[in-house]
Amino acid sequence: MITFDQIKKAVLVSVWFMFLTFPIMVIRVNPVERIVEWRWRNMLLIGVGSFILSFVWHYFIRRKELGTQKAEVGGEETIPLAQRILEKKAIYRPTLAVLGICALVFPFIFSLYQTNIMVTALIYVMLGLGLNIVVGLAGLLDLGYVAFYAVGAYAYALLNYHFGLSFWMVLPIGAALGATFGILLGFPVLRLRGDYLAIVTLGFGEIIRIILENWNEFSFGPSGIANIPRPSLLGIDLSVHAATIYIYYIMIGLCLFTIFVVNRLQDSRIGRAWIALREDETACQAMGIDKAKTKLTAFALGATWAGMSGVVFAAKTTFVNPASFTIWESIIILCIVVLGGMGSILGVIAGALVLILMPEYLRAFSEFRMLAFGVLLVVMMVFRPGGLIPNVRRTYKFEGVTETKKG
Amino acid sequence: MEPVLKVQDLGMNFGGLRALDAVDLDVGKNEIVALIGPNGAGKTTFFNCITGIYPPTEGDVLIFPQGKDRPKRINGLKPNKVTEKGLARTFQNIRLFPNMTVLENVMIGRHCRMRAGVLGAVLRGRSTMREEKAAVMDSYAILEKIGLDPFVNEFAKNLPYGAQRRLEIARAMATEPFLLLLDEPAAGMNPNETRDLDKLIKRIRDEEGISILLIEHDMKLVMSLSDRIFVVDYGKKIAQGTPEEIRNNPAVIKAYLGEETDA
Ligand SMILES: Nc1ncnc2c1ncn2[C@@H]1O[C@H](COP(=O)(O)OP(=O)(O)OP(=O)(O)O)[C@@H](O)[C@H]1O
Ligand SMILES: [Mg+2]
Repeated sequence: MITFDQIKKAVLVSVWFMFLTFPIMVIRVNPVERIVEWRWRNMLLIGVGSFILSFVWHYFIRRKELGTQKAEVGGEETIPLAQRILEKKAIYRPTLAVLGICALVFPFIFSLYQTNIMVTALIYVMLGLGLNIVVGLAGLLDLGYVAFYAVGAYAYALLNYHFGLSFWMVLPIGAALGATFGILLGFPVLRLRGDYLAIVTLGFGEIIRIILENWNEFSFGPSGIANIPRPSLLGIDLSVHAATIYIYYIMIGLCLFTIFVVNRLQDSRIGRAWIALREDETACQAMGIDKAKTKLTAFALGATWAGMSGVVFAAKTTFVNPASFTIWESIIILCIVVLGGMGSILGVIAGALVLILMPEYLRAFSEFRMLAFGVLLVVMMVFRPGGLIPNVRRTYKFEGVTETKKG
Repeated sequence: MEPVLKVQDLGMNFGGLRALDAVDLDVGKNEIVALIGPNGAGKTTFFNCITGIYPPTEGDVLIFPQGKDRPKRINGLKPNKVTEKGLARTFQNIRLFPNMTVLENVMIGRHCRMRAGVLGAVLRGRSTMREEKAAVMDSYAILEKIGLDPFVNEFAKNLPYGAQRRLEIARAMATEPFLLLLDEPAAGMNPNETRDLDKLIKRIRDEEGISILLIEHDMKLVMSLSDRIFVVDYGKKIAQGTPEEIRNNPAVIKAYLGEETDA
């Protein structure tokens, strides 16, 4: 099975890597003793390591190619695991029930620390599902999504500071403000697509952050706003512990609400129009779809969820400042959508949990976080370009005139 | 004959290039009209000007919707508005929605005849559900007519080439047009598929009462289908008439032969 050619390739790769890493891994200047250390052992390790990795890499690439060939020849596509589970009621129902119970008892089994992490992950689930509307469904590459998150967070912070509005009052206001800002961003970028859209939205995100940083009278500048109250339950102020658990349940509720809405949207007239817009803008318009309206609803609805999660974020951390809303946040949310599976609800949830929980639990390797992130994305794009759980479209059965929903 | 489309003096400039120059054309009710001409003559540009993809530099595009005696000027309208008015088109280089199912592609055509908004989609009220179900059934009925019903749940990108061309026609028909504009529907089809297409287009005209304007290079198909033919060359109309007249028109023969000797 292993041909000479493959070995040659792997050797070449390992030589190339040894050469590339030579200056940083082998040479070390010791300024105290004024000598140069030559760490040949490192070179050996890198050589062997990259040789093996390259071998494994090519092995999987070949397997993947064989797999697609087989699928083409056989004519039948392998059904993804997630879809198979969804299709079988006997598996699907109990799975859902177990997951539901786990989610409900989670804060009582695990520590406050774990619950806090989970709340963060759930916030990102919501952000991911919101951005999924814009990027995954409508295909509009938005790199300034974090701006709407900031709008929501500052809405709660400022409205509470100046007018004493409570969490529950600001939640819908944050959603509405998010939608408004979504439309504000949407109008100027109606004519842009692809890279140009990405650049402009990136600029928009930075503008919001810079305004928050510099307009001291309005947003209290870089020092931010502290002492934001946590949500109160029926007017009773809760202890930190109880409030965290409370926020956890609020987030579970909001996530379920988001899933419900997005799920209904994607199989509706509007949702299909978004996907058509993503697939082919010209054809979409020629088929009678109002491009401007469709894009604006996508921006507005996407931003709504960001606005809401912003409010929860402010309530959870009790402190907001512009540093929480950098471009880096936008990129993480985008990674969640891309890694999870564009347009796929389950995928985005999985993506958010993986990308947010993994770094929390792998703190020991925190120096390598960025490296692991990059490697993960590259590997995913090569082997599973559709994401962790790719999107499946709804199928219909026609027998005579009966129509049933399958998945 | 009662007209459904009348184009007068249509002109289109791309910078210094005069792609269309004072082109007149009309399509009557229940008529199949062909627009032919050598490569680069401006046929696709003509379609793009009528359907609102480009605003024409000069001239008028008038439509005569059924039940209304006064014509309506549609140049300058957005493509989606033109489609709403009852003109639907296909594209020379297939432009389906590759990652949507065949049924969903056709349902997109139903979009402009549906009303449900965001709230309706989330609440799924009775009228939304009824509309949605009607859209599914209507789209399926169209697919049956075109003979694509075995592929309903297939992704559009996985269809064979000829089926993709027919799906474009199905999608256009879903918008309930009174005039169908087909840009080289037989391009890339084998003789069998072309024969089926010939029958299909005639059936659409006869059974659905949709008038048809088509661009086509396959002369056999053009001659068999068309009631009348318009010929353009270098953006100008050089001839019009029945297939018989066009076949023997010296200007047309020259345009086509001239092109061949150039090539
Ligand atoms: N968007 C555009 N910008 C500039 N020039 C264009 C544009 N679209 C078309 N043209 C030019 O207009 C002329 C007519 O092109 P058109 O595509 O209408 O030809 P056609 O008759 O459809 O040819 P074919 O039979 O090859 O499809 C060509 O010279 C083409 O290069
Ligand atoms: Mg053309």
